[in-house]
Amino acid sequence: MRARARIGRTIILIIGTVLSLSYVMPFFLVLVNSFKPKPEIVENPLALPVVFTWDNFGQAITKMNYFLSLTNSLIVTIFSVGGLILLSSMLAYYLARHKTKLTKAIFMILVSSMIVPFQALMIPFIGLWGQFVSLNNIVALIIFYQGFGVALSTFMYHGFISNIPMELDEAAAIDGASDLTIFWRIIFPMLKPITATVAIINALWIWNDFLLPRLVLTNDAQTLPLSTYGFYGQYTAEYGQAMAGLLLAVIPIVAFFLILQKQFISGISSGAVK
Amino acid sequence: MKAIRGLKKFILFGAIPIVIFTFVLVVPFAQGLFLTFTNWDGFEFNSFVGFDNYVKSFQDPEFWTTLQFTALFVVVSLVLINVVAFGLALLVTTKLKVSNVFRTFFFVPNLIGGVVLGVIWQFIFNTALVSISKTFNIPIFAESWLNSTDKAFWALIIVTVWQSSGYMMIIYMTGLVSIEQDVLEAARIDGASPFRTMMSVKIPLMAQAFTISIFLTLRGGFMAYDVNVALTGGGPFRSTELISMHIFQDAFANGNFGTGQSKAVIMFLVVSVIAIIQVAVSKRMEVQR
Repeated sequence: MRARARIGRTIILIIGTVLSLSYVMPFFLVLVNSFKPKPEIVENPLALPVVFTWDNFGQAITKMNYFLSLTNSLIVTIFSVGGLILLSSMLAYYLARHKTKLTKAIFMILVSSMIVPFQALMIPFIGLWGQFVSLNNIVALIIFYQGFGVALSTFMYHGFISNIPMELDEAAAIDGASDLTIFWRIIFPMLKPITATVAIINALWIWNDFLLPRLVLTNDAQTLPLSTYGFYGQYTAEYGQAMAGLLLAVIPIVAFFLILQKQFISGISSGAVK
Repeated sequence: MKAIRGLKKFILFGAIPIVIFTFVLVVPFAQGLFLTFTNWDGFEFNSFVGFDNYVKSFQDPEFWTTLQFTALFVVVSLVLINVVAFGLALLVTTKLKVSNVFRTFFFVPNLIGGVVLGVIWQFIFNTALVSISKTFNIPIFAESWLNSTDKAFWALIIVTVWQSSGYMMIIYMTGLVSIEQDVLEAARIDGASPFRTMMSVKIPLMAQAFTISIFLTLRGGFMAYDVNVALTGGGPFRSTELISMHIFQDAFANGNFGTGQSKAVIMFLVVSVIAIIQVAVSKRMEVQR
């Protein structure tokens, strides 16, 4: 019996190893080829570099304006996620604590809006907003993300806040605390676990989003997915440089994930089981 | 006095997000619905045309090609993602020392946006596999998969499954872990085989994970855009355009704002009806604990 269990485990181990290697294979290809000169890549893309060169990276960094788009991506993601945490937690607190017909209706509208695909409104969206703001504007992009992200974030906060007893608020109110003090000093600190989930889910979405920035931003202020796509399209034939560019595009988020791996996994699992 | 205080609190806590939400999402959505019944050209309209835009959309043969292609893509990707993700979840919940390493490896593709992934795989299909097939003489990769419609379809599926299965794996993993040990113990004592335990105990008890994961993959399948643009670009000859990309092309590349928007409304209706049916059906299959 024990011997059989051990054989079973070994088989699972082998299957797991083969599968996980095949999952990272594409990244391995990008990694090894980014250090090779072009002829070597064409000859055998699987081999380790013979002539090891950093040249591709220098070229890619200049041509895709790497540091500028990295900064843009960071600014957009940090401010959008920060804004979403601030606005949705406060809105959810209000909606959860004041149950009237109006707040229930607002909550229902928010929840049902989550099923609307962005594609269903992107055409009038551009028509409407193109007239008012010059669209090539990072601030506008951040505000748009508030609009598109507020429903899901509020929904997640709402469920969590509903489980915090009202007596806490009431006790603080009797002690003379203002509404804002009650929220920021007592409620918000208790929301930490769900705030982590909201932050991770929104950060992944906004960091990788392509369609909205593609419609809103122009060439001078691009985010990382945009500049990677543009760069690859232009330099497809320069395999080495293209691979270096892709590697540079992948590194920041993978590094971030490896540092905060536990929070990512638990964030996604608690975010999914709403 | 109390009413004023209530209003002040509402403005303080809810006004900004609700105003932004209304102007960014509700207004364009309502406007989009309205404009499909007019002769809007992207800038202005001067008459109502009834259902003309919808009729024109359905008369467009390329729209039918796209609808078929999208339907096939949604079905195949939904089935494969969920089967693979469930398998991966079983694998990483087996008590092995390296389970967490496996989990990390399976999850990593999910961190990276569809555009970057699509471009990576474009290199793999167009260059890496072609060169490997020359060296090792593997005829199936001799010509890039992205040059033929059928193979490009499978290329899209492979990349989508590879990208999404890690995320769904976490949802299934959460479901598997949440099953109480004493239930499994009881099944074991009753002499249930591992397969029987899986079918009659584990899967019914974690049905909620299936509801969520199928909902997400369904929605994701209909909305897929990034991988499509970056991997096949719709080619060869617009034969691999999913509905998102088709709408984008129709409106922004060809300037058909009227039909583009009515196709977007059709997409919205299809997604919502199917998603509502799916959630209702799967909710009924969930076991109350």
